[in-house]
Amino acid sequence: MHSIPGRRIILSLFLIFLLLPIYWLVNMSFKTNTEIVTTMTLWPHEPTLANYIHIFTDESWYSGYINSLKYVVINTVLSISFALPAAYAFSRYRFLGDKHLFFWLLSNRMAPPAVFALPFFNLYSALNLFDTPWAVALAHCLFNVPLAVWILEGFVSSVPREIDETAFLDGYSFPRFFVKILVPLIASGIGVAAFFCFMFSWVELLLARTLTSVNAKPIAATMTRTVSAAGVDWGLLAAAGVLTIIPGALVIWFVRNYIARGFALGRV
Amino acid sequence: MDKTVNHKAWFLVLPVFLIVAFSAVLPLMTVVNYSIQDTFGNNQFFWNGVGWFKELLDPTTDLGERFFASLWRNLFFSAIILAIEVPLGIVVALSMPREGWRVAACLVIMALPLLIPWNVVGTIWQIFGRPDIGLMGYTLNSIGLDYNYVSNEFDAWATIIVMDVWHWTSLVALLCYAGLKSIPDAYYQAAQIDGASRWAVFTAIQLPKMNRVLLIAVLLRFMDSFMIYTEPFVVTGGGPGNSTTFISIELVKIALGQFDLGKAAALSLVYNLIILIVCWVFYTVMTNAGAERAPEKGVA
Repeated sequence: MHSIPGRRIILSLFLIFLLLPIYWLVNMSFKTNTEIVTTMTLWPHEPTLANYIHIFTDESWYSGYINSLKYVVINTVLSISFALPAAYAFSRYRFLGDKHLFFWLLSNRMAPPAVFALPFFNLYSALNLFDTPWAVALAHCLFNVPLAVWILEGFVSSVPREIDETAFLDGYSFPRFFVKILVPLIASGIGVAAFFCFMFSWVELLLARTLTSVNAKPIAATMTRTVSAAGVDWGLLAAAGVLTIIPGALVIWFVRNYIARGFALGRV
Repeated sequence: MDKTVNHKAWFLVLPVFLIVAFSAVLPLMTVVNYSIQDTFGNNQFFWNGVGWFKELLDPTTDLGERFFASLWRNLFFSAIILAIEVPLGIVVALSMPREGWRVAACLVIMALPLLIPWNVVGTIWQIFGRPDIGLMGYTLNSIGLDYNYVSNEFDAWATIIVMDVWHWTSLVALLCYAGLKSIPDAYYQAAQIDGASRWAVFTAIQLPKMNRVLLIAVLLRFMDSFMIYTEPFVVTGGGPGNSTTFISIELVKIALGQFDLGKAAALSLVYNLIILIVCWVFYTVMTNAGAERAPEKGVA
């Protein structure tokens, strides 16, 4: 009764459509540049790991990955720890200006990063944070904190109020209740929110590139280096691209059972 | 749900309020400051009042022309991708297998494009579409289509639209799937007893249940396509000509390319205002939809 006619075909076509460009990227990453430019082959005839070896042995390449992971992790931790108490407040209480505040937060999730690129550059330069992972992590809070509040609010609201009341009757103080009871109850929600913070911080480039120059340069910005006077080093570019897909794929695997609910922002 | 009134809850919200205010209000103040001044370099600023805004909103000036051109282009783009991604996402969600390992496999594959950095998405399609080394470009050309996204406007648009469909349809599909999963089996059994057609099940049971998530999907997709920057920038760089220069690309060009701070700031504010209005409309519709559902819950 759920299904529609021809669903297998529709789904297969869609999945193939999703995988084809990725397959092509992976395929190219194992080829030599001569093979890429001169022939059209569906799989590498002279498979090579040279592109990957180049990335893992050249510090300017692999440090890009480390820089990206640094600000992504800082941002995720910051966003979740700020958002948790707020999500509880929005879910349980009515207070002065709550609706306006919630809307204002939501509107920041929607704000175009292009608008903030230049002012952020000025702001973080003035604070001496320019070219550090902290600048990018804080900048990404602009859209990740509201998103985390939004997701967590949905999950907190699914915890029955009676649990709070019982805990307080049992003499739990608020912080103890929060850490010992609420957090374990919405652990999956925290996982999902962390996943989304990770995701949006990992995929964003405009702000990350504007706020870094050398020391904290993210991998995505390093990739532009493959364009040189001699043309584009396609194999290297493809290998770097493949490596940026892997962290995402790993994270998805961990949250696969919650992913659908998470994408509905905990609101189904 | 009845919430208790407790103004002390502000203490719980305060950290979020401060960090977002730091990230949003402070920079916006800088933008407002720039938007009413003119500079001739050397950090000397002169009062310019609403001059930049006048120029921006007057389509006969160079700035106004560029702004309106990129605005319409962007709205057109958003409309196209919504018209493709929403129906396609619903169909895909309805086609999802019911249970077992296949569900997990589908979910993981579908989420994959969402987790790829945006410039890599651009790179993937740049490579995939190239007539010389890309599978898609090569195939299209070898079946006789003269496809080249670098020089042909239509091809550039088609590439960016297909790329966006590739990138984001999964989001709509996953949201709808989450909505569908929340429908109890009893609904379907009742429909079967009543002898409802497949279409009736869709319009009377599935679509209403997906309402809320669809609203979120449309909101997120509209907003994100309205501020799209990285992907088209990597693929076409805004070209050929200006044919794929969307608002964000135009803004970054003016702000970081030409360093015309006043013009960029005025554009930023108008851009932000448009987004705020759209956001407010959606938010009102969403909270109203929630309010209508609440009493129904109370009765049950």
